[in-house]
Parts: sequence; structure tokens; C-alpha cells
Amino acid sequence: MLAYLSRRLLFVVPTLFFVSLLIFTLQQLLPGDPAQVMAGEDQRPEVIEYLRAKYHLDQPFPIRYLYWIGGVLQGDLGESIRIGRPVRDLVLEKLPVTAQLAVMAFLIALLIGIPAGIVSAVKNNTVWDYAANAVALWGLSTPNFWLGILLILLFSVELGWLPASGYVPPGEDLAANLEAMILPAFVLGNAIAAVMMRHTRSAMIQVLGQDYVRTARAKGLGERVVIVKHALRNALVPVVTLGALEFGQLLSGAVLTEQVFTIPGFGKLIVDAVFNRDYAVVQGVVLFTATAYITLNLLADIAYFLVNPRLRS
Amino acid sequence: MAVAVLDTLPAEKSPARRALGRLLRRKGAVFGLVVVAIFVAVALAAPLIGPADPSATNWSLIRKPPSWEHPFGTDELGRDVLGRIIWGARASLLAGVVSVSISLALGMPLGLLAGYVGGWVDGLISRVVDGMLACPFLILAIALAAFLGPSLTNAMIAIGVSATPVFVRLTRAQVLNAKVEDYVEAARAVGNPHWRIVLRHILPNVLAPIMVQATLAIAAAIIAEASLSFLGLGQQPPEPSWGSMLDSARRFLSQAPWMAIWPGASIFLVVLAFNLLGDGLRDALDPRQH
Repeated sequence: MLAYLSRRLLFVVPTLFFVSLLIFTLQQLLPGDPAQVMAGEDQRPEVIEYLRAKYHLDQPFPIRYLYWIGGVLQGDLGESIRIGRPVRDLVLEKLPVTAQLAVMAFLIALLIGIPAGIVSAVKNNTVWDYAANAVALWGLSTPNFWLGILLILLFSVELGWLPASGYVPPGEDLAANLEAMILPAFVLGNAIAAVMMRHTRSAMIQVLGQDYVRTARAKGLGERVVIVKHALRNALVPVVTLGALEFGQLLSGAVLTEQVFTIPGFGKLIVDAVFNRDYAVVQGVVLFTATAYITLNLLADIAYFLVNPRLRS
Repeated sequence: MAVAVLDTLPAEKSPARRALGRLLRRKGAVFGLVVVAIFVAVALAAPLIGPADPSATNWSLIRKPPSWEHPFGTDELGRDVLGRIIWGARASLLAGVVSVSISLALGMPLGLLAGYVGGWVDGLISRVVDGMLACPFLILAIALAAFLGPSLTNAMIAIGVSATPVFVRLTRAQVLNAKVEDYVEAARAVGNPHWRIVLRHILPNVLAPIMVQATLAIAAAIIAEASLSFLGLGQQPPEPSWGSMLDSARRFLSQAPWMAIWPGASIFLVVLAFNLLGDGLRDALDPRQH
């Protein structure tokens, strides 16, 4: 157990190293003099000199990387050139907004994906199965910003039931917050629901063919009990752990969804930073998402390991 | 080798021919193939069937609803939406094909190298790939496009590079399976050099799953290009692109909803087609199922 954990943790270190190297290398892609590009419109010599000193741009690449990663390890992700605030503060400020959106989207994905997967597995090769698969294919092929626009057209413009934008913090007015978040969460959850449905379907089909399911049926248990208590419980383990892998998809999708619904979260932060040429913020956000993704993966692996007794021995 | 022998047998159809037969028996795959063919034809014939200049503005035709002359309506600068969709097909298909070609050109050699050579080479390549995979695909593409500067070419490079790790992993896994097969052992035993074993004996045998993945990756790349253009990081206005059309449509939802419907529907249809084609190819190329 401990050996597995330490091996798994040890594996994370080189991955994080390469992530940080990759993100730092992005700076090298900037055309021309990075200090001039970073300064943007403010091309006064003292500003450029300040940037050159701050980012150690006169030093060779490995040295600059060491300065940067040294700061990162102490929680210093650099400073936003446009807003003049630490990137860490910006990230922490926007994080709860995107986290709420992601959690709601994930719940919606579970609520749609798992029942749909069960139905299509139990009623394998029937109209239900085909319908569920068609819906999943639609979910995977629809660009989520388009779906967002269509839902705004229907629910905000035509019916006037929900706001098209206007984020309200949950602490201020929970009802208004949920009203503003439900459409984006549905849009974001939609694609994940399709993936969940496919995972649940294949896990259920596999489990339903197992001996213990036949035994349960043979001893006269009702079909509902067999499916829910015997099959589903075993099928859900890989589904939920695979779900953690969809986290990256959630964050990618959040960038577009937040843009469509003007929600001031992570995605909005990175898009605004891109347009303000606020490169430290872009790097900070990517580094933060990658680290969060690696951590979640690690937790999912450990959870999978803990619930699967066969792996423990 | 096996392929060549089968080809010379008179009664037996080649594996490729049989796979094609299986593909054409699947309704979804045929639908996908037809839709992709139509979009490719539209993109190629854009100068013939579309307006001569899709970016030409007309102040007397601003945000006109669909009509006989303009079946999909006109946009906020009086341009024909259908005409821009026809020309926009070029950006989308180009982005799909070029991005995935970049991923293949980078990913396959690295995967072959990692899988065949093994050892520290494999370790290094695999860790770099892990690092890239830890960054969500679109976020990595956005970051790359941001640093490279916004343009369609840079968007394609950003998407291609971001999608590369998947191909490295897939190729590597396939090579690991193939290199312990008897035919590779035989090729080695008769004294073939390494490059010949990799290129002539292993590569053709691991190509099928890579082609399936490439087809599905085209679908993902088309969505990614539309996403980047939607965010303003892809095709730059006034050049037409489905993603940037949706971005401008977003600002006129209550006045001109038609502007939002058709570009999105085009993205959906072409992405669906590539997904169906990819799923069909996977089933057709997997001999274990038959």
C-alpha cells in the first residue's frame, strides 16, 4: 500500500517538472524582445528595463527558469502586468466561481449520464439503446459555445425565463446565483454526460455478463435489485474514477462557457489575459490547472486502488 | 509481408478491401463519409458557388432575416451568411486536416522511437508527454496561440502541438505490442536494420488504430479551431470562419438569431460526420469483431 503510494507520488515529480518547463518555454515563443512585447503600449525605456530585470531576461534560459520555478515553489506565480496584482491572488479569486460551475456541471453529467448508460446497457440493442447513443453522439459533436448560444436564444431571448448573463456570487443571493449558473452548468455538463453514458454503458454490459449477476438472478432476486445492488455498484467504480479524468475537459469547456455567459471565472481570466498580453497570468492559470489536474488524477488513482481489493494485495 | 502474400492470392480480397466493405455496410459511417465529401466539395467549389468576396460589406443589407436572395440571412455588416459559411468551410476543414497532420508528423516518430528503443529514451518522451497531457487540451492550445499570436496558421500549429501527446502514447502502445510479435522477430533474425524493421514491418501493422484516432482527432481539431476563432485567437476578421461568425452572432442574439444558427449547425454537422466516420473505421478495421 505504502509502496504503491510512494511510487505513484514519485511519478508526479517529473511530470510536474516537465509541465513547468513546458509552460516556461512558452515565453520563448514570443516574437522579438520579450520585454518589449510584455510592456505592450507602455514602451518607456524604464518600464522595459524594469521588466528585463524582473524576469531576468538578460540571463540565459536555464537560469531564468530556476528563478521562475524558485518563485513558483514559494507560491509566487508572478505579477499581472496589466492589473498590477499577484497572479496567485487573481487565480484564487476566480477559482471558487469556476469550481462551482465545474461541480454543478459534473453533477448534471452524473444525473444524465449514469441513468442513460444503465438504460442503454440493460436494454442493449433496443430503441432505448440507440436513442441514448444518438444523444451521446450529439453531446460529443456539439460545440458547447454553440449549445450555450442556442439555450440563451431559447430560455433568455424567447422565453425570458433565465438570465443570459450576469453572475451573482452565491453569498449575495443564492437563488439569483443558481439562476445564472444553471444554463452554463448544463452546457458544460452535456459533453461530460455523453462520456459518462458511454463509460457506464460499457461497464454495465461487462458486469451484467458476470457469474455473480447470473447467480443473483438464479436465486430469484428481482431484476431491479440485481441491476442496482449487484451490477451497478460494481460498474460505478471505474465510471466515477474515469470521471476524474474529465476534469481537464471541464476546465477547457469552462473557458468557452464562461465566455458565452460572461461568468467571471478562470476561463474569463485566461481569455482576458490573452487579450491584454498579460503573459504571466496565462502561464499562472495553465500551471495551476495542470497541477490541479495531476492532483485529481492522483486522488482518483488512489481511490480506485482503495476500492478495488484485487489491486491491494 | 502478409499483405503482399494475400494480394497475390486470386480468390482472396485484400484486408484493406474487406475493411472498406465493412465500413460501407455501416449506415453511420456512410452518412459521415457523404457529409464529409459534401463539405470538402463545398470548400473546394467556394469560388464557384459562393460570393466572389465573402468579406464585402453592404450597408443596405444589415441583419436581414433569411430570404430567397439570402437563404441564411445577412450579418451585422450586410454580408451573406450562407456565402460566409461556404467560404468558412475552408478554414474549418483546413484546420482539421493541417492540425492533425502536424500531430501525426510529430507524434508518430516520437511514439515509434519511444516504443521501439525503450529505456531512457522512452522514459524521457513519456514524461514529456505526461506533462503535456496534464494541461487540458484547449487551455494548452489557447496558451500556445496566445504566445504565438492570433492567426489561423498559429491556431493550427497550437492545436496540432496540443493534440500530439495522444498520438505519441497511442503509437508507443501499439509498437510495444507489435515488437514482440513473431514477424518482427523474424525480420530481425534475417538481419534487417532497425530502421527497416520499424518502417517496413512495425509501422504498417500499427497504422490502423492511428488512422482511427486521426479521424476522430480531425473532429476535435475542427471544434478547437472554431473555439479559438470564437475567442478571437484563430482566423482573423474579416476572413470568414464559423467560430468567429458565432462570436459576432452572440452580440445580436435578440435582433438576428439566424446569425447564430447556421455557423453552429455547420460545425456540428461536420464534426458529427468525422465522429461517425471514425467510429465506423474503428469497427471496420478491428478484425477481432468479425
